[in-house]
Amino acid sequence: MKECFKAVQMTDRVYWVGAIDWNIRDFHGYSTHRGTTYNAFLILADRVTLVDTVKRHFLDELMGRIASVIDPGRIDTIISNHSEMDHTGCLPEVIRRVNPSRVIVSAMGAKALRDHFDETMPLETVADGGRVDLGNLSLLMFETRMLHWPDSMVAYLEEEGLLFSQDAFGMHLASSQRFDDELDEPILYQEAAKYYANILLPYSQLVQKQLDRLGRLGFSTRLIAPDHGPVWRTNPGRVVQWYARWAEQKPTRKAVIAFDTMWGSTDLMARAISDGLHAGGIATKLMHLGGCHRSDVATELLEAGALLVGTPTLNVNMFPTVADLMVYLRGLKPKHLLAGAFGSYGWACRGVPQVLDILKEMNLEIVGEGPTVVYVPKPGDLARCFDYGLEVARQLEARLTRAAE
Amino acid sequence: MKKYVCTICNYVYDPAVGDPEGGVAAGTAFEDLPVDWVCPDCGVGKSEFEPAE
Repeated sequence: MKECFKAVQMTDRVYWVGAIDWNIRDFHGYSTHRGTTYNAFLILADRVTLVDTVKRHFLDELMGRIASVIDPGRIDTIISNHSEMDHTGCLPEVIRRVNPSRVIVSAMGAKALRDHFDETMPLETVADGGRVDLGNLSLLMFETRMLHWPDSMVAYLEEEGLLFSQDAFGMHLASSQRFDDELDEPILYQEAAKYYANILLPYSQLVQKQLDRLGRLGFSTRLIAPDHGPVWRTNPGRVVQWYARWAEQKPTRKAVIAFDTMWGSTDLMARAISDGLHAGGIATKLMHLGGCHRSDVATELLEAGALLVGTPTLNVNMFPTVADLMVYLRGLKPKHLLAGAFGSYGWACRGVPQVLDILKEMNLEIVGEGPTVVYVPKPGDLARCFDYGLEVARQLEARLTRAAE
Repeated sequence: MKKYVCTICNYVYDPAVGDPEGGVAAGTAFEDLPVDWVCPDCGVGKSEFEPAE
């Protein structure tokens, strides 16, 4: 079995030994339309080192790829940069099989791993900024707390100019290609943006600080090796620049209209609002939540300037798919959006105020009173919707002008 | 003395309680916490806190 899995050489002394999860489509509530990879890396230093492991049921794939390069028993050091189970699911079994002389984690990583697996795991902690000696090579370790877990850390292999960036700069993209230059840039951009929007957005203030810190260190990074998706080896600076821009959360001339509908009324309203926005010079994206996943809405919002949420009232509540989206977005804490709510109802308008309460709780600036309609929109109602779209466009334009000054 | 909230994980530092597990006695103002004190829940530094409303 294991003979069929091969490592992929990245540099003179570093190999990719991860696993490809082609068909995962739901990654803890994040839709992974293109699957993902769990990346692990083998450093052929004097002290042979494995950086991270993979999800539990990909153990054979990991061990096979390692064995295609060296006897796994020669692994001396394991670095665990992040305790989440897609990177540590195999760790207890790998430790058992390989019996390394040390397993290196951050202080928060030691706590997280013991909370996951075993109180007696033999772990050695490394301080922020500390160095791990591998004999002829060494790794510089940097904590990146809450990017995106308390334990998160990255490792820099100075001699190769290689940053093991853990989840940062990664994406959910399964492919037989291992490097960025073997894949289409628009797909890389789309999936990296989706990853940022759904995983890192709430920690944007920390992203900015870490980028500043890494910038000050002045590394000449040749490769960035994240724990998901391709390795950046051709101009890795571009993904760093993307992150710097996404972390700024600057509004753009784009509005996302996310809605659900029961008898087409809220749908009709959404389209009328969209037309008003177009008339005001704003691009729109209409997303019917019956078919659009919450994580795709979050992705569209990353480079937008406004969020309008449409909901019918169902049994004195907002529509369930809308509630799902609102809870999700409240957690992601976008800061750059104008917001509003609209929708239809039968006898009691309860859904729209509930959406507005959450938008206010998120500290988003609300654009006036969004239109509400009893049962079915009439021509006058649709004119009000159009006008509301125009008003959102006007306020967004004013905000963009202020931001540019 | 003011309570402070962690903007990353919503932990609230209450000076009346302090942070006993982190070695901070009850009655310690947020301003008087050591510079290397971190959020007991998520581990980020003092700079990520803001006064609670």
